[in-house]
Amino acid sequence: MRRKQQAAAREGGDWCRRRARRLELKPRGVGEIDRGAIMAQQGGDTNDSLRLASLWHSMHAISQQLSPTPGCEGIDLLQAHNFDLHCFQSLTGTKFFAVCETGAQNIEVLLKVIYELYTDFVLKNPFYEMEMPIRCELFDLNLVQVLQKDRVALLGR
Amino acid sequence: MQFFGGGSSLTSVPPDAGTPAPAAPPGTGTGGGPSAQVLYVFNRGGVCLLYREWHRPLRTLDPTQDQKLMFGLLFSLRSFTSKIDPTTAEKGNLGVPLLPGQGCSFYSFKTNTYKLNFLESPSGIKLILITHPRTGDQRDTLKHIYNLYVEYVVKNPLYAPGTPIK
Repeated sequence: MRRKQQAAAREGGDWCRRRARRLELKPRGVGEIDRGAIMAQQGGDTNDSLRLASLWHSMHAISQQLSPTPGCEGIDLLQAHNFDLHCFQSLTGTKFFAVCETGAQNIEVLLKVIYELYTDFVLKNPFYEMEMPIRCELFDLNLVQVLQKDRVALLGR
Repeated sequence: MQFFGGGSSLTSVPPDAGTPAPAAPPGTGTGGGPSAQVLYVFNRGGVCLLYREWHRPLRTLDPTQDQKLMFGLLFSLRSFTSKIDPTTAEKGNLGVPLLPGQGCSFYSFKTNTYKLNFLESPSGIKLILITHPRTGDQRDTLKHIYNLYVEYVVKNPLYAPGTPIK
């Protein structure tokens, strides 16, 4: 429980954008940004991403306070006119959020898979320092693979 | 006048001349329990014009704090969504106050205990409806509420804009 509160200062954001044809990936590390496998189409810079990620983190926390019933765990899904944002929060408070197109299905499953990849390739990596940008090749490779598999599954149907 | 009940279907509302705002029925609506829990209406400056609750077991803050927090959350969420929007290339800076139509805006977000539905009119009137997490798309309901607001509140000659609706 206490770790969860300590981890309130720390967050992980993983940003993938899915379209009918194109798949973009912009993973974000814990508190920082990782540009490993990026097609930097957005042209967003590090500071912007940092700001957005911390803004998301605080809004996630505020939304818990505004709940009319007890036991709220923060925003799971945000629906906007042009996109959907799915968020997955692990038990330690690390958040993975994905921006996708409006009707996307199964993103929660995808986020859980990405969380598993994170624990396998990032946390178990002895050279990875906590709260720093993720620069683990295996993580990036596997992430791209998972997304491509998912995309094939989506388009293949 | 039935405000609404356990679903998003709305029957036509009979005109109710005389009351400046729709009366909120307590607790249960039609068909199996309330799904609406709390309603907030804010104006452009952050003044809470209307606050109605039907089912709110937990109150973490006192009413004024709660309203300010709600307004602040929505303000930041709007600037967040317009910045994170993947479809538009041009984005303003975070922290710049956005006009009502500017940038991509969200219409709902869901947590495990509640769902918040949001509508912003071009004049800056924000309608927030908190419901059960499984309710469907409430955009039409919110538009209906906004029409009621226009009909009975704005057109009421005794109502001063910017003050809470009585």
